[in-house]
Amino acid sequence: MDFSGLIQDFGPLTITGLAQGAIIALFALGYTLVYGVLRLINFAHSEVFLLGSYACLVVWGFFGLDQNSATPSVIAVIGFLLLGLVAAIVVSGLTALGVELVAYRPLRRRNAPPLAFLITAIGASLFISETVGVITQRNIKAVPPLIRPADVFVIGNMHVTNLQILIIVLALVMMFVLDRFINRSRLGRGIRAVAQNPDSAALMGVNKSRVIALVFLLGGLMAGIAAVMYDLKIGVTRFDAGFLLGIEAFTAAVLGGIGNLRGALLGGLLLGVLQNYAAGLFGTQWLHAASFVLLVLILLVRPTGLLGESLGRARA
Amino acid sequence: MSESVAATSAKKSWRGNGGVRGWYGRQSLVVRVVLGIVFAVLAVLLPYVGDVPVIGPQIITVGIDWPSALFNMSYYVLLALGLNVVVGFAGLLDLGYVGFFAVGAYTVALFTSPDSVLHTEWKWVAAIPVALAVTMVSGLILGWPTLRLRGDYLAIVTLGFAEIIRIFATSSETLRGDRGFSDLPHPPGDYSDGKAIFGVADATPYYWLGLAVIIVVIFAVRNLDRSRVGRSWLAIREDEEAAEIMGVRTIKYKLWAFAIGAFIGGLGGVMFAGQQGFMNSQTFQLQFSILVLAGVVMGGSGNIFGAILGGALISYIPDRLRGIEDPIWHTDLFGFRFAIFGAVIIAIMIFRPQGLIPSRRRAMELKDREKEVAPQ
Amino acid sequence: MSEPHIETPQELDDANAKPVDRPAQTGAAKPSPDKKGDVLLEMENVTLRFGGVVALNDVSFALRKGEIFGLIGPNGAGKTTCFNAMTGVYRPTSGAIRFKGESIVGKKKHEITRGGIARTFQNVRLFPEMTALENVMVGADAHHKTSVLSALFRLPRFWKEEHEGRDKSLELLRFVGIEHRAGEVSRNLSYGEQRRLEIARALATDPTLLCLDEPAAGFNPAEKAELLELIRKIRDTGVTVLLIEHDMRLVMGVTDRIVVLEFGKKIAEGTPAEVRDDPKVIAAYLGVPTDAA
Repeated sequence: MDFSGLIQDFGPLTITGLAQGAIIALFALGYTLVYGVLRLINFAHSEVFLLGSYACLVVWGFFGLDQNSATPSVIAVIGFLLLGLVAAIVVSGLTALGVELVAYRPLRRRNAPPLAFLITAIGASLFISETVGVITQRNIKAVPPLIRPADVFVIGNMHVTNLQILIIVLALVMMFVLDRFINRSRLGRGIRAVAQNPDSAALMGVNKSRVIALVFLLGGLMAGIAAVMYDLKIGVTRFDAGFLLGIEAFTAAVLGGIGNLRGALLGGLLLGVLQNYAAGLFGTQWLHAASFVLLVLILLVRPTGLLGESLGRARA
Repeated sequence: MSESVAATSAKKSWRGNGGVRGWYGRQSLVVRVVLGIVFAVLAVLLPYVGDVPVIGPQIITVGIDWPSALFNMSYYVLLALGLNVVVGFAGLLDLGYVGFFAVGAYTVALFTSPDSVLHTEWKWVAAIPVALAVTMVSGLILGWPTLRLRGDYLAIVTLGFAEIIRIFATSSETLRGDRGFSDLPHPPGDYSDGKAIFGVADATPYYWLGLAVIIVVIFAVRNLDRSRVGRSWLAIREDEEAAEIMGVRTIKYKLWAFAIGAFIGGLGGVMFAGQQGFMNSQTFQLQFSILVLAGVVMGGSGNIFGAILGGALISYIPDRLRGIEDPIWHTDLFGFRFAIFGAVIIAIMIFRPQGLIPSRRRAMELKDREKEVAPQ
Repeated sequence: MSEPHIETPQELDDANAKPVDRPAQTGAAKPSPDKKGDVLLEMENVTLRFGGVVALNDVSFALRKGEIFGLIGPNGAGKTTCFNAMTGVYRPTSGAIRFKGESIVGKKKHEITRGGIARTFQNVRLFPEMTALENVMVGADAHHKTSVLSALFRLPRFWKEEHEGRDKSLELLRFVGIEHRAGEVSRNLSYGEQRRLEIARALATDPTLLCLDEPAAGFNPAEKAELLELIRKIRDTGVTVLLIEHDMRLVMGVTDRIVVLEFGKKIAEGTPAEVRDDPKVIAAYLGVPTDAA
């Protein structure tokens, strides 16, 4: 254990952790939304993210961008970023919807036991990631250097880069928008109604199937954004990228209180930071193991998470 | 309930349609024994199936020699039997089952391989009891804190467990990561001409060894299922709180399910290590857990024969596809195996949730729930 | 600890069941009459809160050995909560629950069952895919010692307990009048049969105290009469019976003493006659649909 290293690198580890945590938080929203409404761990959500991370690469590749390209001009970068985001959002959203329609809806119609959903979800996850694995021949795919990390400001040994700021700000903005949407809009009210009491919501004229589809779609959108940020930050993606980060995102959702939107944000940021501290302490190869250990500890000590399990504010 | 109980007229009706063992269980003792022996003999003769005219060549594998494929099937079947205890009998969704397989195999490697830091270089047989004890204990260590969790959380935590083991295997110096362990000893025994029975060239003896272990495990699992233990598992699966109020020590029996599952998984690992001679951290991908789960679900969760069939299929189908090229990417179809099984899992859960050889009980549980669907 | 075993008295009420010889049962013993009347279970100032809701408020009463004790009250009065506190499902916020003079607060559910308290559920909670016989055998297993090893290797104890358990369970099925359904999966039983099966399963744990949670719910008068008969039969084997019931007539007809709960508080206690004339009880039951009077 390297305590002096941890203390020395406290600043850099924190900011890296926050950026990583922001991505995890956006990813975690999908788990939390679906769980809040259906009490279901959407195991296939990791593949929703995965396809998003490839979608933007495909679009960029269309414009001849690859890892060897020079960084384009600022305006072009903004254009490409938006394009990549749109592509990722569309693909991730559609994947999420597709999973709901193909894998879950038939089971729901038959009132299958909860574990059946989990097993189908695992099947869907395996199918998507492995198909990607076959198509890409399990190779790593590199990301074009759209944003060259550059220091925006420096405090001590903590270098805060443009990319980190972009990721953290974007995550916070998306969280805010989503929170507003769920709590203020008519559709958001429908979601909260179904989350709190599906049967009476149905009696009050809320279309349950549509709400569920909407929830999957929203989770997919957020995962799409997370995927683009992930690509930019890590610089490579692979067929199993969704799986590994997915477990961390799920941990974050549980940490904050699964079903709770703000919990996902808190859990994501916290997890990102803690992971990096653990990596500083024990070495980077233990970064992922740290999140599993944390997950087990949370579930044992406080299974409802830090902020409690609820979607929307009505149920404390 | 058992056949040697003094016969009473009502006996047959108790077994009735209530058996986890379905059709087979309702046959008379003689029919069951004869059928069992026929199956066992056929299984023993499987390595020679290629010699059967016309159908034989269709059955055997191309990309891998047939005895090796059979041996692969044998440890997958073992894994499926073990996971069936955990998932099928006790109703605990364990996604990290391959972790126990890894623990078993690694323990053998640590005690037998010349690469090991322990430098014990035991014989394979000597390492077995240690390996099995270690896996069982690891089952208890994982189960003790986690079995109080809700079902879906348990699934994720077990997944995490397997992943931690894999990370540990990759990163720790003791377990040697990618370099792995080589020169693992094979099982003992020589033919009369002095050649080793368990060599490198022919996997047939390994398959027979696996088959023997499987038969023992079948009897063990069956004995547990038809006893107070099996009843307790079933009660826990159906209504955990009611079971506890009826005096069932739920945590204890869940722990036993975990430990027994781990034991059988470890057995698979021990067999694997004994045949391969080499293993490293790449051997235990997390997908294998899910593959075995797919096998159990496909075969029919809660049914011993379903688990056997499922376990055999998840190994046989990919091995059969090995060496056959796909028309689009021109890769080996073997690479598609996880994708295919992913699709198969979805299809089965949607179209035949009770599996290929369903446990009668499971089938009814599902039918029951279907009737309860609220009109929407 | 010597719980009385269930003996099978007379023939069965159930017309479908053939009268059977009752085999001598091992260890069967009539309750010793001198013990009758001792306090068996004691609730002392039990309070149970869920968040802000007070489900039980300072409730005290005592059950005596060998009696049939009624716990009644309007819907939501805390009867089932009271049950759940006794069987370890809920832990009281304050107060003491003593069974055979020993505190059972904080004990595990299965420990309480082994200690001699058995129960049925308001909504039948059998193991639906087990046969009737297997359901009862789960109850009988509560006192068995067969370990995983003896089941695995089929050691003598396994055979002995498996035989005993099955004989005892069949006996109990006969006792409640559904022996002919022993091999049927329990979810295929009729509602009335399921209720009886639940009682048999509870009795299989060799209870000193049997708690029945609205056993007559959904029964027609003929079935209720049969149930009354069964409850008396159970008491006659030496088991103390605690009965939660909505149907006043049924309670009045069978119980020795009654406690009335309303809004989590005890409002009356006494013999059926005393309770019936208590103005507080009458007030509590006003407006409740009356087959009560």
